[in-house]
Amino acid sequence: MSTLSQTTEVVDPVPGAGAPHLPGQPDLVQLLTPEGERVEHPDYSLDVSDEELRQLYRDLALVRRWDVEATALQRQGELGIWASLLGQEAAQVGAGRALGEDDMAFRTYREHGVAWTRGVDPLHVMSLFRGVDQGGWDPVATRFNLYTVVIGAQTLHATGYAMGLQRDSAESATLAFLGDGATSQGEVNEAMIWAATFSAPVVFFCQNNQYAISVPIERQSRVPLYQRAAGFGFPGVRVDGNDVLAVLAVTRAALAAAREGQGPTFIEAFTYRMGAHTTSDDPTRYRLASELEEWKLRDPIARLKAHLSRSGIADAGFFASVDAEGDELAARIRRGTLEMADPAGTEIFDHVYAEQTPELARQREEFVAYHASFEGGHQ
Amino acid sequence: MSTETLTIGKALNLGLRKAMEDDAKVLLMGEDIGKLGGVFRITDGLQKDFGDDRVVDTPLAEAGILGTAVGLAMRGYRPVCEIQFDGFVFPAYNQIVTQVAKIHARSKGRLPMPIVIRIPFGGGIGAVEHHSESPEAYFAHTAGLKVVAVSTPSDAYWGIQQAITHPDPIVFLEPKRRYWEKGQVDVDGTPDPLFASRVVRGGEDVTVLAYGPMVKTALQAAQAAAEEGRSLEVIDLRTVSPLDLAPVFDSVRRTGRCVVVHEAPVTLGLGSEIAARVTEECFHSLEAPVLRVGGYDTPYPPSKLEEEYLPDLDRVLDAVDRSLGF
Repeated sequence: MSTLSQTTEVVDPVPGAGAPHLPGQPDLVQLLTPEGERVEHPDYSLDVSDEELRQLYRDLALVRRWDVEATALQRQGELGIWASLLGQEAAQVGAGRALGEDDMAFRTYREHGVAWTRGVDPLHVMSLFRGVDQGGWDPVATRFNLYTVVIGAQTLHATGYAMGLQRDSAESATLAFLGDGATSQGEVNEAMIWAATFSAPVVFFCQNNQYAISVPIERQSRVPLYQRAAGFGFPGVRVDGNDVLAVLAVTRAALAAAREGQGPTFIEAFTYRMGAHTTSDDPTRYRLASELEEWKLRDPIARLKAHLSRSGIADAGFFASVDAEGDELAARIRRGTLEMADPAGTEIFDHVYAEQTPELARQREEFVAYHASFEGGHQ
Repeated sequence: MSTETLTIGKALNLGLRKAMEDDAKVLLMGEDIGKLGGVFRITDGLQKDFGDDRVVDTPLAEAGILGTAVGLAMRGYRPVCEIQFDGFVFPAYNQIVTQVAKIHARSKGRLPMPIVIRIPFGGGIGAVEHHSESPEAYFAHTAGLKVVAVSTPSDAYWGIQQAITHPDPIVFLEPKRRYWEKGQVDVDGTPDPLFASRVVRGGEDVTVLAYGPMVKTALQAAQAAAEEGRSLEVIDLRTVSPLDLAPVFDSVRRTGRCVVVHEAPVTLGLGSEIAARVTEECFHSLEAPVLRVGGYDTPYPPSKLEEEYLPDLDRVLDAVDRSLGF
């Protein structure tokens, strides 16, 4: 067999390219089928109580309700932009709920679902998209880093933080979120090299939502993303990203291995961005409606709801109460967003440095004096 | 009194050692800094004494060095990153400009970034491409960074320690062609503040400003000018961002003339900013426009031509003549 044909053999069956055929993938970890049937996996088991299952459903539903409200607020001109997580709720909630209290998460700009699991007030996320600040939560107290918008840069931060954990002999790990597009970034590859070289306790959690804005996954990779990990020398696993139970099980296992000194893992959460990249995007220009319809059948919330109903773990009253809670949450988010005060202009000067420079102090004074020079002032 | 005669390189080495002894959170990271002691031997012997967890030979990836330093800083460490040569800082430029510089502001001060980025900079060593550059203006232009350029063994010894204990990220530029030059270091003395310029030679006719490797050139020019009866006041800026220009304004108000010298290309170099500020503050005292002496707006040339490219004593004196000719 020639080298060329060997290469072709690897390239040809790229799972997930175009219209993916999820259920048939032998390398996909799944504990809950799209129809809501609980299945077992030889490598990953999950002991989860009925109460925990209801809580996971509640997380998924509330996060989606938040997302719907945020999209509406953007459409009404109350947010500058919104990056919807629609369709990725299970990937984010599953990963977020796998985190231990002392673990540290490093995010991109779409992980509102993880923010929820870390106890971040949604309004502290909304303030960012309203343009009030760069994220209002405390990244130290919540152990949830601020947004990193430059694609992939946070994977190095997560790796460095994990090297710090090693030096502190801390029994915790970091979880680095990234997307499929980010895997093409040099910095992400550097992060994986560093993590492997130092055996750092970091888990790379890649939500493969099939598109980097408009560019499909096959423009990023000739091999399934999780297989890349082998080249860096650590395990890679592909999990059904729309199966919250499988994501929880796989991420828990990877974080536990990291904490125990076994080094990094790469998780590819195979999912789909059911909405636009952001509210500024128009996905009808680059993908077919039929593809979206196919993925709707694998909806992460519907499948858990089906499972809970069918198994009697939750009844109609429970679902109604979650819906009501969602409406209350949405109302609180709407009210809080509309009531958000604009920041004072002088704030731009105040945290550039820990130790202010004389030149910046001078510019601040000039700014204040300039605005005070108008009748009534602009402050 | 323990005054020692040290090279700039050795002073940096001792300064790093002292900083590591003083604070267990100080880590050194870089390419070849461990067993080899760095290509300029600035970290010589430190890995042997402090271990490879604190003196980290990194993979060959500059973005990785800075990106992981961010994470370590978030965890409470004080990373001191060595970039092997000035021209190799650009793979790390994204991390420095989009992350290191902005995280303090982004987090409203919740995430300090006490990172020091050591860069041997400037030309004059007969090197190949990318080994002789002066990238300070890129960093001085970036809000959130501070940029220091030392010129003497004493400033090297104290400056590196001050930079490491400082809460903000600092690009610490080391004058590589002067690494082997000797000077007195009072290791028990009290250092000058880090962000302060210093008059290093008094004079009356023209104010000459320089930093890093060009301080010596400016002093040589002042010596030669003195032999012709001209009195140059030389100021070592020491810090490029923030600039400490109060002593410069005082000087220019007396001399009425100002020449800025740096190796970096003149267009939008530090000299441009200094010329603007001196003009704003000393307009009525100026007898001549502020003149800039620097590299040309070309890529750094092959080494056979670098002496033509770099400012030297004669080019500084030529600018002094032009200033006095107005």
